[in-house]
Amino acid sequence: MIVNGIAIDDTFAEGFPMKATRLIITAQTLEWAYHSARAMTGFATSVIGCGCEAGIERELSPQDTPDGRPGVSVLIFAMGVKSLTKQVEVRAGQCVLTAPTSALFAGLHEGTPLPLGQYLRYYGDGFQISKKIGGRRFWRIPVMDGEFLIEEMGYIVDAVGGGNLLVLAKSQPQALAACEAAVKAMRRLPNVILPFPGGVVRSGSKVGSKYKGQNASTNDAFCPTLKGVTKTQLSPEIGSVMEIVIDGLSREDVEQAMRVGIETICTYGAKSGVRRISAGNYGGKLGPFHFHLHQIMSLC
Amino acid sequence: MRLSLHTAPEVPLETDCLCPDQLLGKSAKEIAKLLVFHGNQRAELGEFFHIQEGAQNGTVTVEGDLAKVKQVGAGMSDGKLRIVGNVGAHLGAEMRGGEIVVEGSAGDWVGREMRGGRITILGDAGHLVGSAVRGAAVGMTGGEIFILGSAKNEVGNGMRRGLIAIAGDSGDFTGVNLKAGTVVVLGNLGLRSGAGMVRGTILSTQPAELLPTFCYDTTYRPPIVRTLLLYLRRQGFTIEDVYINGPYRRFSGDAIELNKGEILLYAG
Repeated sequence: MIVNGIAIDDTFAEGFPMKATRLIITAQTLEWAYHSARAMTGFATSVIGCGCEAGIERELSPQDTPDGRPGVSVLIFAMGVKSLTKQVEVRAGQCVLTAPTSALFAGLHEGTPLPLGQYLRYYGDGFQISKKIGGRRFWRIPVMDGEFLIEEMGYIVDAVGGGNLLVLAKSQPQALAACEAAVKAMRRLPNVILPFPGGVVRSGSKVGSKYKGQNASTNDAFCPTLKGVTKTQLSPEIGSVMEIVIDGLSREDVEQAMRVGIETICTYGAKSGVRRISAGNYGGKLGPFHFHLHQIMSLC
Repeated sequence: MRLSLHTAPEVPLETDCLCPDQLLGKSAKEIAKLLVFHGNQRAELGEFFHIQEGAQNGTVTVEGDLAKVKQVGAGMSDGKLRIVGNVGAHLGAEMRGGEIVVEGSAGDWVGREMRGGRITILGDAGHLVGSAVRGAAVGMTGGEIFILGSAKNEVGNGMRRGLIAIAGDSGDFTGVNLKAGTVVVLGNLGLRSGAGMVRGTILSTQPAELLPTFCYDTTYRPPIVRTLLLYLRRQGFTIEDVYINGPYRRFSGDAIELNKGEILLYAG
């Protein structure tokens, strides 16, 4: 399949089941909500090394938040309920509780219960106050700037991780520019995050290594500097490859994000320097969600 | 289902059978024979009410001047009870669930020792809203009472959990002996508010004179106030933005008790 001179490989991205939650962080100003959200979703690019994958989903106007202040919603993904619970607990405690003027609310209202303030309240050392409003319980924890408000429980739902696109271009600046445009469009969508820095990852991995104990290593078949020394997947004109990884609350959300990403890149055509769009998979052995690029594009 | 008062009781009529739990599923004939007390005399509900059958999605409507009709909705656990007119004392006493809406005013003891559900009074309420009976230590332990008019003395006496919100004024001793829970008064608080309170919150958007056993802590903008007032606005209360966005003075008390209660007064 060729769109505007860009070849779209007949392959698929391989997604796998994850667990996810949505949280809402508010603050006196949007800037402070972002400070807290960025800290909470920092060091969360991959479950392999970070324990979770997280990102800012979108900005929220005061009309969209429980306390009528500006806020942002974040999505956090992990491989299981236990690991997600642990990640949320430490990130809420270290990144939101600590941020001036912040408050933390559940962004999902059904699913598997997830403690938010249920245990963090003990930070209040007996001075914490419980309030139940409209069936939802909140905890008020006295802090040095006033009071930290946190909802007692959030909820965990089934989700999908590992959606991805590989962007193959003639040069590094061209690959990056195409990815930047795609990320900008994809980040407008609800229910998905792109967990890597700027939404883009340049170190796509393969499973295994020549070194014992190394579970993942550089994807040499897609490294342009190794074309002459390895079994490369790159044609001579490809000078740079970058990947966009997508986690979503459902298969449809991931598909939609991949579609928007591919469409955006193809809009600029071959003159942008992009030559191919591909996807990473593990031969279908890793996960049950196979996002076939041609199928996704056939629905356009 | 609709019940209409045809004979006004001369003395208080106790009708704890007037709640959806006991009415729905019964025929008009069965309902007419339900036992009530007219003063200290046994009587049948049909001696005072016309009963009109008909499913209303779990809703029972009772109409007429029920100012002398007590215990309406007492012990209710489900469904909706709509009262068109005034209603007497002990409305929704020991209620556990469901919803009562009064399109008029209510007497004393609204939601007395209530455990869950919601009561909405579009008019005024009498004394002792959400309170414990005399001699009991604990009043309301759950649920919500919304009064769109004013209420008289001892709102939330002994209350342990739940939410009481009053659009107008409250009388003296609001939140007296409060164990926990929340009392919001958008009008003026009466005298000696929070006397003997252990924990819990009394919030008012108007200035108030407090007992000397309450200690000023700080003036701040607690997010819980915004969350609470926005919730009340969604339930039909008229609340100006200044009260949602503005600062509040926090007082701790009552120092004669545990001193873990708070009174929040708008400081704009």
